[in-house]
Amino acid sequence: MNGYLIEAENLSYVYPDGTRGISKVSFKVAPGEAVALVGENGAGKSTLLQHLSGCLFATGGVVSVAGLPVIKENLPAVRRAAGMIFQNPDDQLFMPTVFDDVAFGLLNLGVGEGELEAMVLKALETVGIAHLRARPPYRLSQGEKRAAAIAAVVALEPEVLVMDEPTSNLDPRARRRLMRLLKTFDHAKIIATHDLDFALEICDRTIVIHEGTIAADGPTTEVFSKADLLERCNLETPPSMRGCPNCAR
Amino acid sequence: MQTISTQIFDIGYMDTLAGGDTALHRLDARAKLLVTALFIVCVVSFNHYEISRLMPFFLYPVFLIAAGELPAGYLLRKVLAVAPFAVFVGMFNPLLDRGTLFQLGPLAVSGGAASFFSILLRFLLTVTTALALVALTGVNGICAALESCGVPKVFVMQLLFLNRYITVLAGEAGRMARARALRSFSAGEMPAAVFARLAGQLLLRAYARAERIYSAMLCRGFYGRIQLQRSSTVGGKEIAFVATWAAVFTLFRLVDIPQFFGNFLTGL
Repeated sequence: MNGYLIEAENLSYVYPDGTRGISKVSFKVAPGEAVALVGENGAGKSTLLQHLSGCLFATGGVVSVAGLPVIKENLPAVRRAAGMIFQNPDDQLFMPTVFDDVAFGLLNLGVGEGELEAMVLKALETVGIAHLRARPPYRLSQGEKRAAAIAAVVALEPEVLVMDEPTSNLDPRARRRLMRLLKTFDHAKIIATHDLDFALEICDRTIVIHEGTIAADGPTTEVFSKADLLERCNLETPPSMRGCPNCAR
Repeated sequence: MQTISTQIFDIGYMDTLAGGDTALHRLDARAKLLVTALFIVCVVSFNHYEISRLMPFFLYPVFLIAAGELPAGYLLRKVLAVAPFAVFVGMFNPLLDRGTLFQLGPLAVSGGAASFFSILLRFLLTVTTALALVALTGVNGICAALESCGVPKVFVMQLLFLNRYITVLAGEAGRMARARALRSFSAGEMPAAVFARLAGQLLLRAYARAERIYSAMLCRGFYGRIQLQRSSTVGGKEIAFVATWAAVFTLFRLVDIPQFFGNFLTGL
C-alpha cells in the first residue's frame, strides 16, 4: 500500500440529479496524519467523506483506503479500516442501550462473547462515558451522544477516523473535551469542519475545498494565514489568529 | 407534540424492559416465541360465543408479567391504546345477533353481546401476551428467533427495519408538527391541504434520514442481521418451559376447567 492510508486520484462525483459533488480531487493521507477538510456549506466536504466509507461510489477517478480501492467487493475491509463518525449522532445510534450500540459493530465483526464486554468497556472508558453504558442513547445529551458515537467507532479499532463536523452542536466545554480526546488518538484523522480554531489545534494539515475542487492543501497555520485564499473560498481567518482586538485599535 | 415525543420514549421503553435479567429474560427467544404462538392459536380457536373457557388462559400473561417483573400498568396502558380496533371489530355484534344465548339471573344475554365480549377477551389475552413477549425479548431478539425458526429473511428484515425506523418517522413527524404549530397561530386545527403537504414531506424526510441511518449501519459492518450478545442455546430450561405450557394450554383447550370446578364445588 506504498505507505499511504488514503489515496484519492482525480476523484469526481456527480449526483444522480446532475448536481456537482466533487470534481478531480487528488490527495494522500499518511498513517497518523490529522487532516482538516474545510470549506463553505455545499463545497463538497461531506460528499468527499462519503467516498471514504463507500457510502458513495466515485463517478470518475479512484480512491483507495488502506491500499484497497473503494469498490463494492472491498467494502467490508474498507469499512473496517475507515471508521466513519456521522454528523448527527442520532443517525448512528440505534440500539436499546449505549452498551449494545458499541457492541453492534463488534458483533458484526464476529467478536466472541468472552472478549466483547471488555472491548466495549474499554471503548466507553476511552471516551469517558462508561457510567452511561446502560442508558438508552436517545435520552443522552448531544455531548454524550457524540461521545457514544465515537466509542462505537473507536471500538472497531479503525486505522483512520473519518469525522463529519464533530464539534457541531456542542457546548464549549464538550467541544474542549472532544478536542482533548481526539489529541489522545493516534489514528489517522480526516475531519470535515467549519470550526477553524478546532482545525488549527487538532490538525497539522488542512485541505480547503471550494466548489468541489481542492483550493489549497498544506500545513494548517500556513493555509489559514492566507487571507485572500480564505476570502475567495468564503471562509474567515480563525479568531485565534486575528490578534488582540484591543491592541489593534 | 408532547404526546408524540412521549410515545417515542415509550416505544424505546419496550426495548429497555427487554434488557432485564430475570430467568424469563434469559430464556431462549425461540422457546418464548413458540409458546406464545401456541397460546394465540389456542385462544383464537374457541367458538365465537366462548367466554368462560377463555378465563384460565389469563394464567400465561399473568405469569409472564409477574415472573418477568414487567410493569403491568404500563403494559395495560399500551393494550388500551390499541383497544379501539377490537371495539370496532365487535361493536355491531350486539345489534346484529339479538337471539338470547343464556340467562344470567334475570338478565338475558344475547349471542351478539356474548361474541362481542368474547372478542374483547381474546384481544386482551393475545395483545397483552404479545406485548409481554416483546418486553421480555426485545424486537431484535424476536427477529433473530424468527430467522432461526426458518421464517424467510425478507420478512424478518421488514420487521427489524419497521422497529428501527418507526422512531425515525415519529421523530420527524414530531419536529414537523412542532415547526408548523409554532408558526400557525390558530390553535390546533390543520387544514387538509396543509396536512397533505406535511405527510408528503414527512415521507421524503423520513426516507432521506433512513438512508443516512442505513449507511451508518453499513459502515459498522451490518449485513442483514442484528447480532445479539445474549447467547441463545436451547437447553433443559427451554424444553421444560415449552413442554409445561404446551401441556397447560392443551388442558385448558380440551377440558372445560370452569365447569369442572363448578361441578366439583356443587358436588355433582
